[in-house]
Amino acid sequence: MADVNNLQQDLEQQGIFLSTVNRFYNWGRRSSIWPMSFGLACCAIEMMAFGLSRYDVARFGAELFRASPRQSDLMIVAGTVTKKMLPQVVRLYNQMAEPRYVISMGACATSGGPFRDGYNVVRGVDLFLPVDVYIPGCPPRPEALMHALITLQEQIDGQKLGHLRWYGKGEKPQMHDFPVPTFGAMGLEVDGKLVDPVGGLPLLSPYTSPENGEHKSGQLEHPQIARRFPIMDPAIELESALKARGMSPEIAANDLKRGEVSDA
Amino acid sequence: MLKTEELQINIGPQHPSTHGVFRMLVTVDGETITDLKPVFGYLHRNHEQLAEMNTYQQNMPYTDRLDYFNAMANNHAYAIAVEKLVGIEVPERAEYIRVLMVELTRILNHAGALGFLINDMGAWQTQLAFGMREREKILDLFESASGARLMCNYFRFGGVARDLPADFMPRLKDLLLAMPGFVDEMERLLRENEILLQRSEGIGILPQELALAYSVTGPVLRGSGVAYDIRKAEPYSIYDRFDFDVPVGSVGDVYDRILVRIEEMRQSKRIIEQIIEQLPDAQGGYMNPKARQNVRPPVGDVYARVETPKGELGFYLVSDGSTKPYRYKVRAPSFINLTPLGDMCRGYKVADVVVILGSIDIVMGEVDR
Amino acid sequence: MPNLRAEDLRALLGRDLPGLLQEAYPLHLAPPPAHGHAPPPFTTADALVDADRIIEAALYLRDTLGYAFLSDICVVDYLADGVFELVYRFYHVEGGPSLALKARVPRESPQVPSLTPHWPGANFHEREAFDLYGITFVGHPFLRRIYMWDEFEGFPMRRDFPKQGDKYIGEEE
Repeated sequence: MADVNNLQQDLEQQGIFLSTVNRFYNWGRRSSIWPMSFGLACCAIEMMAFGLSRYDVARFGAELFRASPRQSDLMIVAGTVTKKMLPQVVRLYNQMAEPRYVISMGACATSGGPFRDGYNVVRGVDLFLPVDVYIPGCPPRPEALMHALITLQEQIDGQKLGHLRWYGKGEKPQMHDFPVPTFGAMGLEVDGKLVDPVGGLPLLSPYTSPENGEHKSGQLEHPQIARRFPIMDPAIELESALKARGMSPEIAANDLKRGEVSDA
Repeated sequence: MLKTEELQINIGPQHPSTHGVFRMLVTVDGETITDLKPVFGYLHRNHEQLAEMNTYQQNMPYTDRLDYFNAMANNHAYAIAVEKLVGIEVPERAEYIRVLMVELTRILNHAGALGFLINDMGAWQTQLAFGMREREKILDLFESASGARLMCNYFRFGGVARDLPADFMPRLKDLLLAMPGFVDEMERLLRENEILLQRSEGIGILPQELALAYSVTGPVLRGSGVAYDIRKAEPYSIYDRFDFDVPVGSVGDVYDRILVRIEEMRQSKRIIEQIIEQLPDAQGGYMNPKARQNVRPPVGDVYARVETPKGELGFYLVSDGSTKPYRYKVRAPSFINLTPLGDMCRGYKVADVVVILGSIDIVMGEVDR
Repeated sequence: MPNLRAEDLRALLGRDLPGLLQEAYPLHLAPPPAHGHAPPPFTTADALVDADRIIEAALYLRDTLGYAFLSDICVVDYLADGVFELVYRFYHVEGGPSLALKARVPRESPQVPSLTPHWPGANFHEREAFDLYGITFVGHPFLRRIYMWDEFEGFPMRRDFPKQGDKYIGEEE
């Protein structure tokens, strides 16, 4: 692969332009990423700074913030995703035209961040959407967002048309819309099944650490840990959250010490 | 006689008007609004419940994220509440640094708020780019003092986290020298603009008695002609030492709120100039050396409030004698300032809704908490 | 600048509106621990009024004393005593410190008359208290959930609402 690129560059210096369809497509995509102006919380302020005068993202070809999902390629999830907002986030993602990319900006969008234990907070948007680039920080600086954009551009450079999650043969996960959760009495539901209960333990993402984001199940998965929800069944008494996670008593004891605060 | 039918329009939560995830159910008769119901909760991140599980010190960075434009002002309110509850004294120099930071926050908030308002009127991002340009300069100062641009987490119980760096004062003086030019430029841009005048004069009128009944605070209340500013009405910190005026509007429309905000930026600059004069003589360090951060307040309750750029921010704390608050309630200014939105919009056109909303200057992190 | 204190308010209320004031019995903030000594109970100096007559007391503050600015309504859940305490906070428009009215309602059937018909500014405060604590404000024109979705069951800010998550690990022990 590297030889091909060197050969291409040599030829280009000689004035001969030789390209592959992949490279041509990727060049077009990477140079005109249109983000959706989709601010959720604190990180949105840094996202605006990223677009305005000092940081000036126009240098990277991604300055055209579009208000409509139909016109945008990139969703920057900038801020805490709450359970009340999640159906709209998934619906907006479904409305975006392919190829579409997601940057999870900040700790909240990635994992729930400092608000992870709230009853109305989704513990990471990657439980419901495939994420291409994660940015740590609370909030990340505009430079970090710029770095994420460049990382995304590098990822686009490596794409091959035959293996993309949108094109090619076979059943691909993104041939269908992602399931839009609905509101239930205990939490979010998909097809009448409770997927993210209020006060429940975290779910496992079907989308995390895939190979180049290409092979994903597209289905929500429950983790293989014993889960009991007092809110769902009043007869069940939750004896210990640690035991429910299958942690050994020694680790549990250490974990408890960490939370103690010395006397003032 | 033509028969007309009312139509319901849903604005939000994802819409181009840049105020976060906020939804309005608007009932219109033709172009005229007959009813408006705000719908919240799209950023309800359970701040109050999480705060009950945290120690008092751990809550300080959470207050940054309430109104993420004015992290310093939120810190100030929370620090005052806990200091009142425990009985911690703050040295004079620390008080000056605090007020300096809060007044800088007021300038940057109003610069940003006016930018968003003009953005909503359809000027796209011209005014916003001007406001953000000034904002970045102030954020640089915050970064040099606290280490962070946005979420400063700079205040501590009994003072501030660290002293001002050596180059802070010269840079602040440079900034102040350039400030009048920036505010005048902004005012000229707004007051001499025919389109802006037509879209803001006589729009979204909130009469004085209604403003009081609706318990609105901040520039919205002062735009309606009530000279109520907590810095004057119930002086906290060291605000009784400074000489400044409280600007009030006369009509209570969108234009009055714009003018009040511009004038408040000038008054904040006046306060900062007085701080620069008085700060070298201030006694004490940046921190009360006896103050502990892992506080364990006595059993009791306290309510403390400050005038943030958006209005009255209050913290109601109940202590059970342990290191964690028993109850932690935030009285958020932008939440309550939204109460009269329906009455302010009734009778105006659909296009005025986002303008009126922009003139209230809300931040969803504070509305939904 | 008016400068009434909580004791003055109690004296005034006792003089002008007889039978309104209640005795503020001390509240227990936590169940008694297995070992060690319990924290002292919480006694308040603010005026505790009959919850059914809260409108009368609030209008007295507004019309007679001039405290027309309703700043805050806060609910505190005293689980050990089985009551919710509502804290109404009023300010004078000319400035000065606040006056608070407190009212206690039982946790089983929390019902308070709504202030919204008299103070439109109480609207969102009361809807928030209804959403998070389940307090019914009788006479409120639009008492619906404000933060959570309408289909949701339960009141998440109550202290006995089940919690799980990293922060709550070991809370039961």
